[in-house]
Amino acid sequence: MQQVYMDHGATTPLHPEVIAVMTDVLTNHYGNPSSVHAWGRDAKKRLEEARTSVAKLIGAQPEEIFFTSGGTEADNMAILGVAKGLEKKGKHIITSAIEHHAVLYPCEVLKKAGYDLTILPVDDQGRVRPEDLALALREDTVLVSIMHANNEIGTLQPIAELARIAKERGVLFHTDAVQSVGKIPVNVNELGVDLLSFSAHKIYGPKGVGALYIRRGSRILPLTHGGGQERRRRPGTENLPGIVAFGKAAEIAQRDLTAEADRLTKLRDRLIDGLTAIPEVRLNGHRTERIPTNVNVSFRYIEGESLLLSLDLKGIAASSGSACTSGSLDPSHVLLAIGLSHEIAHGSLRLTLGRINTEDDVDYVLREVPVVVERLRSMSPLYNQK
Amino acid sequence: MYTEKVMDHFTNPRNVGQLENPSGVGEVGNPTCGDIMRIYIDVKDNVIQDIKFKTFGCGAAIATSSICTEMVIGKTIEEALELTNKDVASALGGLPANKMHCSNLAADALHEAIKDYKNKSEQG
Ligand SMILES: Cc1ncc(COP(=O)(O)O)c(C=O)c1O
Ligand code: FES
Repeated sequence: MQQVYMDHGATTPLHPEVIAVMTDVLTNHYGNPSSVHAWGRDAKKRLEEARTSVAKLIGAQPEEIFFTSGGTEADNMAILGVAKGLEKKGKHIITSAIEHHAVLYPCEVLKKAGYDLTILPVDDQGRVRPEDLALALREDTVLVSIMHANNEIGTLQPIAELARIAKERGVLFHTDAVQSVGKIPVNVNELGVDLLSFSAHKIYGPKGVGALYIRRGSRILPLTHGGGQERRRRPGTENLPGIVAFGKAAEIAQRDLTAEADRLTKLRDRLIDGLTAIPEVRLNGHRTERIPTNVNVSFRYIEGESLLLSLDLKGIAASSGSACTSGSLDPSHVLLAIGLSHEIAHGSLRLTLGRINTEDDVDYVLREVPVVVERLRSMSPLYNQK
Repeated sequence: MYTEKVMDHFTNPRNVGQLENPSGVGEVGNPTCGDIMRIYIDVKDNVIQDIKFKTFGCGAAIATSSICTEMVIGKTIEEALELTNKDVASALGGLPANKMHCSNLAADALHEAIKDYKNKSEQG
């Protein structure tokens, strides 16, 4: 049976060149970057080379990159760290309704601790309206955190415009760019952001490594305390194999970005055209302002988990905004925020493309999905009722 | 996460569909997740002669619907009423903890269908 992995939004396979450098570090470069001897100096050199590669991918300076254990930690560090650092300035945070839980939950934690939290709504394509942000900003606002690309529906936010509005009011701007970095050009100066989170395992690097970009001069306090690593902002002996692998993944992402974005956009558009030809289906997210790798559609009358199980039986790996798959029973907060009813949010399918996907994979998916949808609809009590 | 039995019933559900002139129809929605199941029964001489279902729901919901129909076909109304959600789940070799609520649909829809049948026959 054909095997088609179309869940790159969840995670990506390691690039073979990444495996090679990671294996080399694991095997031969075990020194602690803080040690003074040759082993330590060798490790330190590799650490800083990786930092430079990672910085380049987002147009930052190496000293503005702080390695973390992934996107989640980078998001937490940005939100909780800025809140702590600017405690005296104020206690108001602004975010959006479609953020990843790695942003929403730390914001909720601050709310419980007495902060005011404004959650901006989005339009039916998943975009924050800049005028909403302008109205929400206050004297005591310390941080705006709005994601670059949404992980479920792929919608891109007008970050440059939003960040400019915050800057005019002297408020720091953080963006979770875990889903956009490596897929489209991301440049911290063009976007005008002060903090940006990203993660290695979404760009063919290993799991458990990420980084927070902190613009020089931004006030932020560390969440953990210990040694002097990462200029005290993120203490602890560095995950050198992971970080060097992240550096390699960043180099490859930058090298291949334009060609891959073009190739995947074509595959994405074929998928969208093919799937939306099925009756009673809707595309979720913006048609064009979306990352090249994301397709998200809702099929009426069917439920997401049975859709995913059926596709899995055909060798297709996908995901869903469905309650049943995430362990929680509420439908996706993102799909509800763009105005879908519970019932339609239940029947959603996310396909996320990556470097291993081919035209042939798209053909296979476009052949199998309609069959599965038809079968599940024939079993659905909602289908004949219409 | 699902047993082989669940996957078997999910892949080849028994008694899917609807009956033309059912003796009773029961439909329930799952308050926990919003999933929906409808059961049609055909009763003669107090025995369930035929049964069909339609389900909008997760893999566990489809599998429990399927096995539930298999368990009560040929049974008397009284026997069918004794079927519980737990029986259905254990007949499938168990369900993951967060999927136990899914087994509520099948037995509840069946009980509704029987209630509908009783109402109709009293009126009839
Ligand atoms: C938008 C977004 N933010 C944050 C994360 C968390 O990143 P990580 O898995 O590296 O902690 C993810 C990935 O799951 C994501 O898609
Ligand atoms: S999650 Fe709704 S019935 Fe299983």
